[in-house]
Amino acid sequence: MTAPTYDLGKLHGGLRLEGRKTEATREPIYRVPVPAQLILPISQHVGDDAQPVVGIGERVLKGQLIAEPDGTLGAPVHASSSGKVVAIEPWPVARRFGAKAPCIVIECDGEDTPIERAETPPPYNTLPPDVLLAMILQGGIVGLGGAVFPTAQKLMQAVTCELEYLILNGVECEPYISCDDVLMREHAHQVLGGAQILMHALSLNVGYVVVESDKPEAIQRLAEVMSELNDDRLVLKQVPTIYPSGGEDQLVQLVTNLEVPSGGLPTDIGCLVQNVGTAAAIYDWIIDHEPLVSRITTITGDGIAQPMNVEARLGTTVADIVNFAGGYTDRAQQLIIGGPMTGKSVTIDEVPIVKATNCILVLSEPATIGDERPCIRCGECAEVCPIQLLPQQLFWYACADNEAKLREHGLIDCIECGCCDLVCPSHIPLTADFRKAKGRIQELADEKARAERARQRFEARNQRLEKEQQDRDRELAGQKEAAKQAGPAAIAEILKRKQQGSEDD
Amino acid sequence: MEFTRREAPYLAPRSDVATMMLHVLAALVPAALAHVWYFGPGFLFNLIIAAACCVGGEALMMHARGRNVETALSDYSVLVTAALLAFALPSMTPWWVTATGSLFAVIVVKHLYGGIGFNIFNPAMAGYVVILVAFPMEMNLWVAPRMGDIDYDHLSIMQTLKYTLTGSYPAGQTFDAISRATPLDAIQTGLRGMRTFQELRINPMMGDFGGRGWEWIGNCIAFGGFWLLLKKIIRWQIPAGVFAGVLIPAGIMWMIDPGSNATPGFHLFSGATILCAFFIATDPVSAATSPKGRFIYGVGIGLLIFAIRRWGSYADGVAFSVLIMNMATPAIDYLTRPHIVGHARRGASR
Repeated sequence: MTAPTYDLGKLHGGLRLEGRKTEATREPIYRVPVPAQLILPISQHVGDDAQPVVGIGERVLKGQLIAEPDGTLGAPVHASSSGKVVAIEPWPVARRFGAKAPCIVIECDGEDTPIERAETPPPYNTLPPDVLLAMILQGGIVGLGGAVFPTAQKLMQAVTCELEYLILNGVECEPYISCDDVLMREHAHQVLGGAQILMHALSLNVGYVVVESDKPEAIQRLAEVMSELNDDRLVLKQVPTIYPSGGEDQLVQLVTNLEVPSGGLPTDIGCLVQNVGTAAAIYDWIIDHEPLVSRITTITGDGIAQPMNVEARLGTTVADIVNFAGGYTDRAQQLIIGGPMTGKSVTIDEVPIVKATNCILVLSEPATIGDERPCIRCGECAEVCPIQLLPQQLFWYACADNEAKLREHGLIDCIECGCCDLVCPSHIPLTADFRKAKGRIQELADEKARAERARQRFEARNQRLEKEQQDRDRELAGQKEAAKQAGPAAIAEILKRKQQGSEDD
Repeated sequence: MEFTRREAPYLAPRSDVATMMLHVLAALVPAALAHVWYFGPGFLFNLIIAAACCVGGEALMMHARGRNVETALSDYSVLVTAALLAFALPSMTPWWVTATGSLFAVIVVKHLYGGIGFNIFNPAMAGYVVILVAFPMEMNLWVAPRMGDIDYDHLSIMQTLKYTLTGSYPAGQTFDAISRATPLDAIQTGLRGMRTFQELRINPMMGDFGGRGWEWIGNCIAFGGFWLLLKKIIRWQIPAGVFAGVLIPAGIMWMIDPGSNATPGFHLFSGATILCAFFIATDPVSAATSPKGRFIYGVGIGLLIFAIRRWGSYADGVAFSVLIMNMATPAIDYLTRPHIVGHARRGASR
């Protein structure tokens, strides 16, 4: 059995948060039955919207391609059960405060008939990397840790870099969320198999599987499967339970003791990070030919009767899953899609779960925390900031809207982890303020770019006008010169004409 | 079902300003008891007057600024100001002196700059300096500490109260009869009168490592200070900086010339060094805020304290040192910004 190793780099700050995960991990993963209706947003990934390739009234099968990316960055969407497309229309989704986005609505027939695969591809380890990457692109796989970056594109970018390590992210540091934990416990084969596929596709020889210390069962299971696989490229690493060590850049720093450059990617320093769920999805697609049509989601919080982890088809609504988990308790007041530190607050439960949905959190209102007070500059926020920013200074400059100082103090580098909020004795919503300030900086930058374009156009016009003026001047000077050379006779002629002209009036 | 809208993160904050301030007040209780034990009940009268004036002043200013009075008073920060001022005052102080200091601290230094979070100077220290300059004689009336073996005549509670309320000495007593030089005063004057530290040390006013009474008040303050460190109400950088700033130059000077310099221990346990390190310099609003900046801020205060005691015309220099370093905090913060993760380290080759 491979023992987990501990030779780790350091992360600044962070918080030890109460896990509150055991409520949902007591039971195995339950499968949510096929719902009456599936709502599939055509954009469940970072990048451009996919375009529907099915029409209203068309019958679709489980696993059938229903929307295809047309831009450079995107991922396809597959039907997660069989049925009939009844609408393609805007529907509330789990963006902030339940904004609407175009969705394909499928009325399920309940038979869950899968699509026939045309042919069985040869084993993956006989395929060249580019063919393998193209196959991954077809599977609709995106980063399942929450960032939902299209995996195929991430890998295509990675192959252009000098890579050293694959880092499999099983840290899942946010409280309440346990979908990766139960995935590693119950599907360790898929997770590690996915890692092997990734390492083959990228010709990598070191794959770290990193798990937080509060998941002993997952670590145990992974170690068992590792010894079965007998693949010495895979190394199990355990990291201390500190939020936010599961952030991609933070994890890289923990494992390699190298900092991901500001504005850069882990691949810049030789690391490719993939969530364990993504690795399992790759395995399911490449080995079992199942595209990404379902995911494991934690449904928990004091507003849920029976907290649990479920495997649900993408497009199943939160309401359906809550019903499956015994419904709401009378304490349910807040619905959060994602975790309690970075999740999104939504007001209605009609929203579908998508590739990004790792958790459905239903909470009671927190006890009254008192109003926001002025910052007393205690600096606790700086103590916990994993980026080593000075949130107390950023807050000051955000209030003053001082863009130059905000940039100088690294606002752009803020990962919005929320640690500073939790330790602020003045209860200032720092993360929300920083999010807004970032938005304003972006606006300013856009405005500047627009102004720059306008300036360039204006200058080009001025230049053109100036050139025309010069041409005219030159022409005029030439005429004058000609007139001079033509001599006094010509002048007399002109004068005469002028005189005639005035007489004509 | 309609759910409420919020912004991430959704977990409740872990602390609040009122709790922090109450911790600071609680940490001062042992020292307050020691103060009363050594210097009589005058401390309590001063504390009550200072607290009443500070609370009244804050209520008045919040009202005048059109703000909710309760939000300001409910953070208890004004009581910390009152307590720190009370610790700085001689136990025998007429009420109008205390009131002047308190009202100046709260009205001018705190609220005219925008209230908590916006004051540039430490209110208690600015208030103290104003009365130190305005009432030099009253601010010098330190009575002798309780000594056990040889005791001076101590004023009764009623005599102390009468002086506090009217400023008149008990019948047959004069300023000179009641007042005693503080240990720092005695050493400063003595050393400048060409006497040696060893000679001056024999005076019964001097205790085991600092001044009588002062050393034990100091211990109690340190006890409270360590408790605050343990509770993470304050961080270690400022106290460590202050101690380093006082002790290192004091140690060097003492090693060079032990006759004409007080020991580092004496500097530590006399006057307000410990109070400054744990309670005054750590006022977050007026202190530097970056981790490295706080240490530098503390060192600056410590060095100034030592310099004023050694070469200045005041026996102790805590208040002046703190105010001077308050002025330096924006520059310190700017120059000590920590390395941001993912950026090239300053000074590193690029």
